Amino acid sequence: METVAQHLLEIPHAAAIGMTLVRHDERGCVTRIPYAEHLVGDPDTGVLHGGVLTALLDNTCGMAVRPPSYDPGSITMATLDLRIDYMESAAPHRDVYAEAVCYKRTRNIAFVRATAYQDSPDEPIATCVASFMLNTPNAPRREGLS
Amino acid sequence: MKLLQELREAGRGQDMQAVVERIPYARFLGIQVDQKGNEITTIMPFKTELVGNVNLPALHGGVIGAFLEMTAVIQLLFDTSCERLPKTIDVSIDYLRSGKPCPTYGRATVTRHGRRVANVRSEIWQEERARPIGVSHGHFLLTPI
Repeated sequence: METVAQHLLEIPHAAAIGMTLVRHDERGCVTRIPYAEHLVGDPDTGVLHGGVLTALLDNTCGMAVRPPSYDPGSITMATLDLRIDYMESAAPHRDVYAEAVCYKRTRNIAFVRATAYQDSPDEPIATCVASFMLNTPNAPRREGLS
Repeated sequence: MKLLQELREAGRGQDMQAVVERIPYARFLGIQVDQKGNEITTIMPFKTELVGNVNLPALHGGVIGAFLEMTAVIQLLFDTSCERLPKTIDVSIDYLRSGKPCPTYGRATVTRHGRRVANVRSEIWQEERARPIGVSHGHFLLTPI
């Protein structure tokens, strides 16, 4: 069985922004990205781009949907909706963490909330709520990779 | 030196391609700007680093979100004169279709422009303009000159 940590490495954009798994248990999922120059959104300040936090939060929410004991490949999903509030700029040259909790899972939909932070989850730099459609098709498209 | 000030002084204050080239994450995503008169279309060619699901394959939800946000910011910078890049306050994204491994295009409309805050709607599509893959609306904090 593939672990969630391995599965994460196989997601090209997650790997491209340097996402790694910190923990994944019944309480939720925590991930981390290191500061990197190619992720900067404002060259005047060196602050990370909001889109990087979007990618981090979206991916972490998706991981929290899967119970830690499941083979990550066995549950398929697609993001339906994601809303992010940016509370504070991420301080440059420091790691960013994201913690996500799936607080309700129905047959078709999972509801998740998450926080991005640097020092502590009590001092969020961004928070988000997301909903995911479960059991979405995962077979290769007919067109394939163009 | 401030990015926007530098471009203005070089007479390129309205050159949005020059802006995206100076934003590292936009450059990493490969975002380009097609500017025809006052119409702005953002373009994101496909590359493997943008994928979130390798089986389908499909673009990463975060990439879709980032492209929507970038499209909003570009339109906002074109429509207004800002001292610094606008700061995103919040953004709400609807994912309508999975992003295929092909180029994605974006357009945005500034729906309300206040002194400090602007509301912007963005829409992105791939092969068919009438079949958007994602839409968003967001609030942005401005720093007028």
